[in-house]
Amino acid sequence: MYRYILNRLLLSIPTLIGAAALVFILMRMIPGDICVVRLGSGGSINPASVANCHAQLGLDRSLFLQFVDFIVGFAAGDFGTSMWSGKPVIQEIATRIPVSLEIALLATIVAVLIAIPLGTISALHQNSWLDHVVRTVAIAGIATPSFWLGIMSILMVLEVSHLVTGAPWMPPIDYVSLWDDPLRNLSIVILPAVTIGYRYSAVTMRMTRSAMLEVLREDYIRTARAKGLVEHLVVNRHALQNALLPVVTLIGIEFAFLIGGLVVTEQVFNLNGIGRLFVLAVQNQDYTLTQALVMLTVAIFVVTNLVVDVLYAWLDPRIRFG
Amino acid sequence: MSALLDVRNLHTEFRTGAGVVRAVDGVSYTVDPGETVAIVGESGSGKSVGAMSILRLIPDPPGRITEGQILFAGRDLVGLSPDEMRKVRGGEIGMVFQEPMTSLNPVLTIGRQITETLEQHRGADRATADRRAVELLSLVGISDPERRLRQYPHQLSGGMRQRIMIAVALTCEPKLIIADEPTTALDVTIQAQILELMAELTRRLNVALVIITHNLGVVARYAQRVNVMYAGRLVESGPAAAVYGDPRHPYTMALLRSVPRLDKPRQARLDPVDGQPPDLMRLDGGCAFRPRCRFAIAVCATSRPALEPAGTAGHMSACFRRDEIAAAPVAA
Repeated sequence: MYRYILNRLLLSIPTLIGAAALVFILMRMIPGDICVVRLGSGGSINPASVANCHAQLGLDRSLFLQFVDFIVGFAAGDFGTSMWSGKPVIQEIATRIPVSLEIALLATIVAVLIAIPLGTISALHQNSWLDHVVRTVAIAGIATPSFWLGIMSILMVLEVSHLVTGAPWMPPIDYVSLWDDPLRNLSIVILPAVTIGYRYSAVTMRMTRSAMLEVLREDYIRTARAKGLVEHLVVNRHALQNALLPVVTLIGIEFAFLIGGLVVTEQVFNLNGIGRLFVLAVQNQDYTLTQALVMLTVAIFVVTNLVVDVLYAWLDPRIRFG
Repeated sequence: MSALLDVRNLHTEFRTGAGVVRAVDGVSYTVDPGETVAIVGESGSGKSVGAMSILRLIPDPPGRITEGQILFAGRDLVGLSPDEMRKVRGGEIGMVFQEPMTSLNPVLTIGRQITETLEQHRGADRATADRRAVELLSLVGISDPERRLRQYPHQLSGGMRQRIMIAVALTCEPKLIIADEPTTALDVTIQAQILELMAELTRRLNVALVIITHNLGVVARYAQRVNVMYAGRLVESGPAAAVYGDPRHPYTMALLRSVPRLDKPRQARLDPVDGQPPDLMRLDGGCAFRPRCRFAIAVCATSRPALEPAGTAGHMSACFRRDEIAAAPVAA
């Protein structure tokens, strides 16, 4: 098992280098120049000061040297400083990652808690009214944009609190960490987490349902029934563990996407997360920050995939001993 | 001696988009304690559905038992509540399925799949259940049982998995085991081993066995009684010796001719049953075997022959010409 994990980690190195090369080249292919953005808004720009700025940021060196610098720095854990703010990239990311991570984790918990029981119930009562309700809710979740749902949920909180207490209440907008003030923190992140978790659970629910339907037709389920096992054992022990395999993969992919992929939702809830930082970095042509963010995302995908693979082996002995 | 299992006029139907399929259409037979009864027929003759009906394992919808009684040790299984039925399954009647490769859960250990039955029906604790599982594995001829208990199905061969399935069926000392084509998916040499094992165990433990098969040749050596099914009905029933030695239904005769035999000259050609099994949705009022029957006469098209005594005691046939065809040579 440890060998397997080590193997997977070593295999991720080419992936990371490939991603690094891709983002490096793509960023430099986008028209525009950070020095132009930095120096002038409208008006004329002095070519000399642009050149000066290039030299300052190291953009006057050859592309090859810049790339080597980037890779070597990355390998050593030095991500450089943001070309826009001048602050260390690590610091820029470190202030944003807790909120993104927290929302991604909470949304995953919400999604799993909703999706797996509902998907299972839906499969067990295929084509009943219950199944139809669950499937309708799932389709709605996939079809509804998260940002719209976000706006609606904020409005609902406002309206309901107004009705109940007489004064409208809104979640605070300045982020505090979970450790400093858990209640305040949760009141900030719970709405976005539920909003995102809903769409996420809809996708997962459909996957759980179809995987369960397939597994329930397997011969070993008939065997379990022929043994006279009570239904909850047939479902939980025999069916669910087999049906969870594709669901785990899906959860992994969705989770990795949530960190850095929530641009609009972060905007709606006024959260200072990785998604917004990403957009800002690309807009400003901030090469170092964008590169670091892409590498972070790739690393999260690699780690999540690894976790999924380990979970797979844990769930399925054919992989563990294969 | 009263019968252990007494199936009376069993009807099992499937409602499909195209209409109602009468998979089992008025089947009656009995199984005595400790007796081995074979149910023989082609694919689609209703033999598996009939067996699954006994344990009420037919998925509903689309399947349903519409009529009849299944008396097991004096109780009618058709009327039992789901909870009572659950106690019969695995507790009093064990089942062995056709596909050992897919009938065991790939993600649970062999041990777990045996012990869970004991925990369910007997409320056994883990240690007791483990001891019994080791005992059962030795009983079905699996060496090094302690190690096997910790293994997963994919680590075992098909023959071993079928032995495990037999162990699972025997776990709670049932009075009856239903085996649905238990050897069809196995190599010929393994088939013989599994059948020997089942014959030996049922004799030793005094368990009755209903064995479902399409192979008259294999059954011959193990069953005391043979029931031949065609298009959802029993067409011939009787002591194995009578059915094999003096078949009284053209279908049984045809089946016997289609069995490859080592005692015939090599040049002798196989003689398969002509034609196809009938479409169960398009049965008319006549005998269902008529289109494939070389003895068919006018009356066969208009009315259905009932299962009535023929030849020796306990031998029954559903053919109008049951007495005439006895004289006809089997190899005709």
